[in-house]
Amino acid sequence: MALSVDSALYRWQRLGAESPSHTLSESTPLLFPLRGKSNLNLNKCRIVFPNNGRQWEDWKHASTFYSGNRIQTTKYTWFTFLPQYLFEQFHRLGNLYFFFLVVLNWFPQVEVFHREITMLPLIVVLLASMIKDAIEDYRKYRFDKMINLSKTRVYDKMIWKQHFFKETCCRCGAPDTEVQNEELEKRAKVKKRKKKNENKRVIISNLPFGSKKWKENPNRYYDSNKIKTTKYTIFTFLPKNIYDQFHRFANIYFVVIALLNFVPVVNAFQPEVSVIPICVIMAITAIKDAWEDFRRYKLDKEINHMGCYIYSREERAYVEKCWKDVRVGDFVQLQCNETIPADILLLYSSDQNGICHLETANLDGETNLKQRQVVTGFSSQNTLFEPEFFQNTIICEMPNNDLNKFKGYMEQPNHERIGFNIESLLLRGCTIRNTEAAIGIVIYAARRLETHKELDLDDEDFAKLQHFTLPPVNIERRATYKQRTMRPLRRCQSARAHFQGHTRNRSLGRRDSNQSQVAFSSTIEKDVTPDSRLLRRVREAALQTENLSPFMKTSTSFTDFFLALAICNTVLVSTATEPRQRVTVPPPIKPSGITLEKIHQMFQRLKLASLSQSFSSSQSSSDLGASFSAKNTEEHLAALDCCVNDDDCCASGRGDELQGRGSTDIGGASLDEVFKSVTNSSSPTDFCYEAESPDEAALVYAAQAYSFTLVSRTPEQVTVRLPQGTLLTFDILYTLGFDSVRKRMSVVVRHPLTKEIVVYTKGADSVIMDLLEDSAKADVSTEKRMKRIKEKTQKHLDSYARDGLRTLCIAKKVLNEDDFQKWANFRREAEAAIDNRDELLMETAQHLETKLTLLGATGIEDRLQDGVPDTIAALREAGIQIWVLTGDKQETAVNIAYSCKLLNQRDTIFTINTENKETCESLLNLTLEEARKNYEVEKPRRKFFGIIPTSFSASEAPSPKFGLVIDGQTLNIIFQGGLEEKFLALTKHCRSVLCCRSTPLQKSMVVKLIRRQLKVMTLSIGDGANDVSMIQAADVGIGISGQEGMQAVMASDFAISRFKHLKKLLLVHGHWCYARLAKMVIYFFYKNVSYVNLLFWYQFFCGFSGNTMIDYWQMIFFNLFFTSLPPLLFGVLDKDVSAETLLDLPELYKNGQNSEIYKLSTFIITMLDAFYQSLICFFVPYLTYEDSDIDVFSFGNPINTISLLTILLHQALEMRTWTLFHLVTMLGSVMFYLVFSLIYNAACVICNPPISPYWIMEKQLSDPMFYLLCLITPVIALLPRFVIFALRGTFGASLILKAQQLDKLPKAQRDLEIKKLRSRKQATSSVLPASNDDLEQNISHFCLSPFLHPAAAAVSHGDRESWGLSASEANPFRKQTPEEGYSFFNRWAEEESTAVDSSAGAVSGHYPLVPSRVTTHGQDSGKLTKDNAHNFNHGSHRRSVSAVTL
Amino acid sequence: MKNKTSFPPQEGEARPSRCPDNSAFKQQKLPAWKPQLTIATVLSSFFLIGAFCLAVGVCLVLSANSVREIQIDYSDKCSDCSKLRENSSNWNKECHCSVNFTLKEDILGDVFMYYGLQNFYQNHRRYVISRSDAQLLGRNVNIQKSYCAPFTTYRNGTPMAPCGAIANSMFNDTIDLFYNLNSSVIQVPLLRTGNSWWTDKNVKFRNPESYNLSSAFAGTARPPYWQKPVYLLDEEDERNNGYINDDFIIWMRVSAFATFRNLYRRVRRIRQFADGLPAGNYTFHISYNFPVTKFKGRKHVILSTVVWSGGSNPFLGIAYVVTGTAATLAGFVITAIHLKLRKKKTYFQK
Repeated sequence: MALSVDSALYRWQRLGAESPSHTLSESTPLLFPLRGKSNLNLNKCRIVFPNNGRQWEDWKHASTFYSGNRIQTTKYTWFTFLPQYLFEQFHRLGNLYFFFLVVLNWFPQVEVFHREITMLPLIVVLLASMIKDAIEDYRKYRFDKMINLSKTRVYDKMIWKQHFFKETCCRCGAPDTEVQNEELEKRAKVKKRKKKNENKRVIISNLPFGSKKWKENPNRYYDSNKIKTTKYTIFTFLPKNIYDQFHRFANIYFVVIALLNFVPVVNAFQPEVSVIPICVIMAITAIKDAWEDFRRYKLDKEINHMGCYIYSREERAYVEKCWKDVRVGDFVQLQCNETIPADILLLYSSDQNGICHLETANLDGETNLKQRQVVTGFSSQNTLFEPEFFQNTIICEMPNNDLNKFKGYMEQPNHERIGFNIESLLLRGCTIRNTEAAIGIVIYAARRLETHKELDLDDEDFAKLQHFTLPPVNIERRATYKQRTMRPLRRCQSARAHFQGHTRNRSLGRRDSNQSQVAFSSTIEKDVTPDSRLLRRVREAALQTENLSPFMKTSTSFTDFFLALAICNTVLVSTATEPRQRVTVPPPIKPSGITLEKIHQMFQRLKLASLSQSFSSSQSSSDLGASFSAKNTEEHLAALDCCVNDDDCCASGRGDELQGRGSTDIGGASLDEVFKSVTNSSSPTDFCYEAESPDEAALVYAAQAYSFTLVSRTPEQVTVRLPQGTLLTFDILYTLGFDSVRKRMSVVVRHPLTKEIVVYTKGADSVIMDLLEDSAKADVSTEKRMKRIKEKTQKHLDSYARDGLRTLCIAKKVLNEDDFQKWANFRREAEAAIDNRDELLMETAQHLETKLTLLGATGIEDRLQDGVPDTIAALREAGIQIWVLTGDKQETAVNIAYSCKLLNQRDTIFTINTENKETCESLLNLTLEEARKNYEVEKPRRKFFGIIPTSFSASEAPSPKFGLVIDGQTLNIIFQGGLEEKFLALTKHCRSVLCCRSTPLQKSMVVKLIRRQLKVMTLSIGDGANDVSMIQAADVGIGISGQEGMQAVMASDFAISRFKHLKKLLLVHGHWCYARLAKMVIYFFYKNVSYVNLLFWYQFFCGFSGNTMIDYWQMIFFNLFFTSLPPLLFGVLDKDVSAETLLDLPELYKNGQNSEIYKLSTFIITMLDAFYQSLICFFVPYLTYEDSDIDVFSFGNPINTISLLTILLHQALEMRTWTLFHLVTMLGSVMFYLVFSLIYNAACVICNPPISPYWIMEKQLSDPMFYLLCLITPVIALLPRFVIFALRGTFGASLILKAQQLDKLPKAQRDLEIKKLRSRKQATSSVLPASNDDLEQNISHFCLSPFLHPAAAAVSHGDRESWGLSASEANPFRKQTPEEGYSFFNRWAEEESTAVDSSAGAVSGHYPLVPSRVTTHGQDSGKLTKDNAHNFNHGSHRRSVSAVTL
Repeated sequence: MKNKTSFPPQEGEARPSRCPDNSAFKQQKLPAWKPQLTIATVLSSFFLIGAFCLAVGVCLVLSANSVREIQIDYSDKCSDCSKLRENSSNWNKECHCSVNFTLKEDILGDVFMYYGLQNFYQNHRRYVISRSDAQLLGRNVNIQKSYCAPFTTYRNGTPMAPCGAIANSMFNDTIDLFYNLNSSVIQVPLLRTGNSWWTDKNVKFRNPESYNLSSAFAGTARPPYWQKPVYLLDEEDERNNGYINDDFIIWMRVSAFATFRNLYRRVRRIRQFADGLPAGNYTFHISYNFPVTKFKGRKHVILSTVVWSGGSNPFLGIAYVVTGTAATLAGFVITAIHLKLRKKKTYFQK
């Protein structure tokens, strides 16, 4: 959806841009034939004329040209149905095959069956699918019709009176008469239970209508709250279930086969026998369905009988009722932690602001709290709500499937209307939190959202599922490539898909987010270890402040900075003793503050859950005195380290780096009156902060680490404890929430000391930098200083980004009272506006956030989850190529790649950033050439070592490999410019590929590209909503549950809780799954081939008449019962190698990638073996019984027995794991066969006409020959296989076999052996790094010695521009590039720069690079550089102390 | 998603765990035996198999060698008769011929007399199903519904008893064996009953209930190729007549291959035949009724003894011997390979 909107928008903008040149005159183009001919081409551009009669001619002309608004999704019409349908059907190979058979049978020479009969299967299949298609098409047609006939208002000049159609959705401003008409209509339709055409829902209170007057209640037509999710009832079960089952094609097939057997001429089996398989299958399915349905029924019952409080008129109180008895129009009182029984319009909340918190975890899996608000303007808020006096009529839309949209209005008795929207609706299934009581009126009972229906498989899913029942198709594709994103490792900005969530809650601090709707509340890193030096400075500053407090004129920039950190977040404060689920009574005496925006502004705020009584900080000194003025504090950089304890999974860490920057003095009032005496308490209260984004909470915790503790936060006030122990309570005047357009958030507070109005803004660095106060007005020195500060900050920001931190800028602005009042009026107006409120609000916000003063910058590190580098190394060893698709900045992405060992320091990194197709192409060519060159050099040697791998001495230094870094823009160009093939060719040479700054769409496009072009299996793993498209595009989608909500998980095939579990998922379960599936599929082929061939061999002896020597029942039961369970168990439980060994030896995964089990040669060998075994199973008995008086069934019976034994023993040979289940099923199968045969042969004299195998088994069992046969034949049949197995273990021991042997060893010895094995591997793999090029075996990644050093990177001007800095400092890579960074890349970068941007010419001179940052940073950054270097060298992913500079 | 399953999660404690059961089955951690092919198991299995097979094979071969068997093709020996039978219009003309043969040595023990047919595809699908077991059980069934077509009824509607192609094509040669002892001809006493399976004779085949057989089969007619109705198959023995006639029962058990033999008679061990057939000259007196030349078939008469392991077919013994040899050889080969490669093995070898 989002895509189409985007493209439409784009088109619209383009048209808008082009339009001025075309509108030449006021008259219409058609009146000017000459010009009209020249440029009015309806094919080229779209010209729309108003249909109001003025340009009637033109409109008519044009409108014939344009298609109407009618939609048609049907495939066929009445007339085209048959030919089109037939045409499509014969596109299918299967049908063509049948058709071919039919044609063949028309030739007398090859005729096998009657012609008519050969046509039968084809006709049946065609008919069945024809009926299916016709029904589908008819449904589509009906749906189209519904849409086409939905009403809208169109202006029509002919009819002077405006013609009102009913609108599809009701609006608040609809005329009164319409509503009245509606109601009249409704009454007219009293008899009708269902009113389909009605699109409004009118709800009035149930109270006036007691039980007696129920008949008069207009609400009585609405569904009751009783839910029913069961599919069947007792009576409809059989027909409905059978109908459902016949939807499956496989079942239809069986039925057709069974039906065919009823035709005497073609019956292979007895008709009754042929019905058995389908009956058995359907019975099992039916039992399963019945059981499931019964469970659903029980669950429904449980839910229907849950209690809730409903207002009863008789008792004038809320009485408890079952959920199912809740009716539309009832008043429901909800307690805290209660689940909402129906969709309820919130009318009252115990919260004084009319806010009700709810948790939607049951609906969408998000555990954060969402706010709902009492219907705005509904008067009864301040008093206790009294349902008796509720006389309003509620008019809202009919039930629909949109979770996020809801509109309606409430009509008061005096015809006054109050609009409401989704913000006031409590959805069924959510849980009330943090609110003592809420009262609402039921609007929709049961399911408005039809959540259950959504979950039913639609046709497409169904088809997909059916697809997956064909294992060979899936197996043949090799799981070689893995598509991965770094998202799980980091939390970052997200461009969230539009389909879910509540738009209100917007995450903060996400730079690129379009709509980050999903908030989350997880326990966030709390233990922030402050950097000692910065802490000292802060303390000093604080001390100084305190000393000077009587004369205090300034609040220092430090204070400001940390205050901003603490304040400018949307967090929920609670203490450990009072978790948020518990309701606390709000403090009875509340400082009133400014209340005028109370009603409008409550959305943005979170409620104070608890208010702690006393605060102290141990280090605060009570001695207040000296004065301090922070004049131009030098930049101070701090690093603090937060130990993250992420949601459920990881103890990942996060380091916050804070950089404060001095600003000019700010005058203010004295601190005296505000400073309170500090109450000392021995243990400082532990605060918990919960925020919509972990970043926000991290910031608050960071501030806390510097003793700026956020103590409480109410919608009106925020209290911060300063290092001195002073509590500073700010009145919050306004909160300007975060949105993706502004990319910032502001809080307007009144400073308690200075009484000045301060705006604190926090936002993306790029945005804030542009909004900083223009220094032009100031004097020269100030300007210089400002500039310097800005530059330095930018430098720091860059270095943060380079270290993989997420950067934010914090700024402030001081308003004077007049300006603020002006603006506040503005704001109020905007809030009161009805039409374009959003735009106005945005405008006012932008108006305020200008001329900011930079306070500082923060960098937030996402610490990698545990075991990420390890996992990546293992996956790579397993031969999986890893791509990173991220929306992060390039530097951030690259650094993360380094830290998780995705890139190696020795790797050569190609970076392609360009906006130009030609450049891009040439860059690709150059890089490819370079990569190939290295590859070519190594190739012969590789071959040599491929033959004798061990003869190579491991002394040669490992060569660097290639890494490719590419950004979103370039990706776009590649996709648009058709450069995909080159791109892919290049990526084949690369060890890893990083795509930065990519949008969700690009991610999915990359995945699809790889899937399509390289024909490999792809796996996507991600945790955010922006990974959803990618996860869905890949063959295997994996979602990581946790931080970023549940969307990725819900879209995925597998969900894991931590990234490191991917290792086990792939290496262990992936391997097992592959081995089991492959072996089982092969085994099934083998089984059927070997069994069916028995019948085939017999045809040589019965004149090819199609006779069988085995009884039908035994034959049909053979696959169905006698030999079905062991292979199934084998496919479920077999473990060829133990999990530990698989984890220790990732190479074993390649077994699956290279399809070592399910490959053509294995298949052919198995088939040959199956032929051999069937030959043995047939001809040994044949030769034994040859020329004797054996009869047909007496001959077939030993054959059947022998082949059963052979098939089972064959499996016993294949099985690597024998559990009790295996043994039981094995023996059970044989026993069941014998018992069944004995009973059947004894009981059945004529039950199976015409031939009965009466007493055959009994006779055979009394014959020694039978036993002799049953002994020797399986031995002969399986001897070759056994010999091969034995020899395979002796000779070419594969890795799997070795691993199996390893399993047998005791643990210590095994570890030793694995170490040995691995060290050998590494010795060879340094020569043969084939680990990541399983796509094509001949690709290797050799770089020779010239490239031993870190690579250079090509930079595009685009980056520089976006950073708004001088080019020499723009690219952090350059700083890292050592001098020997070879000139090739420099030249290349130069070329590119000059080609694209002439202005870059001057810049390119910088490319012969100054080796390190030391010069640019001076001494200040020396340590930083060193630290960084340290990090880089060791590739450590844990950057606990990343940088300190002073 | 059933969004009602988890109800109010009270402080996280009440929330039901979503972890799967930690049972060994669900976690796939059942105690398991992982067989491994080691040199010991492999070699021992090979040698054990080899020894066992060789032993059994030798026994089988020896016992199969003890079987005496004489097979005489008489399809051409009565050339007149075969020519006569080619023309189906001569069906009621009798044709007799005799075949002489000499036994060089005694055939001791139970001697079975078989008739053998070659190239007679009794196992053809359409042929095999052309019978009505219900009718043969003596039930009064409507054979129109059975699979007997086209041998169900005559054109006038009279049902055939027994119906179907198998019954219709019943082998109807009569073979008598005579022992020529010093120019006197002694008829070798042959048992006509007890040749079929007990269950067939007593359970599967029953005559219709009636006071006598001819009335039981009243209203039915003999199959077209038969010379006499079914109730006259053995006029001497009431318990061998009608559907429960042994020859008929044996014929109705259709054989598995195109070349087959059916048990016809057993030598009754009395008088000079108490030990079997003594050596000497014998003559088969054959009333030649069954035409074989039309389908290029052959007819044999076979005299044979049986042992515990079946008839004269030595295949099973040979198969055992060969398999045993092969397994033993494979065992030796593997031993050799193992001994040769043992020095090279550096790891993973116990």
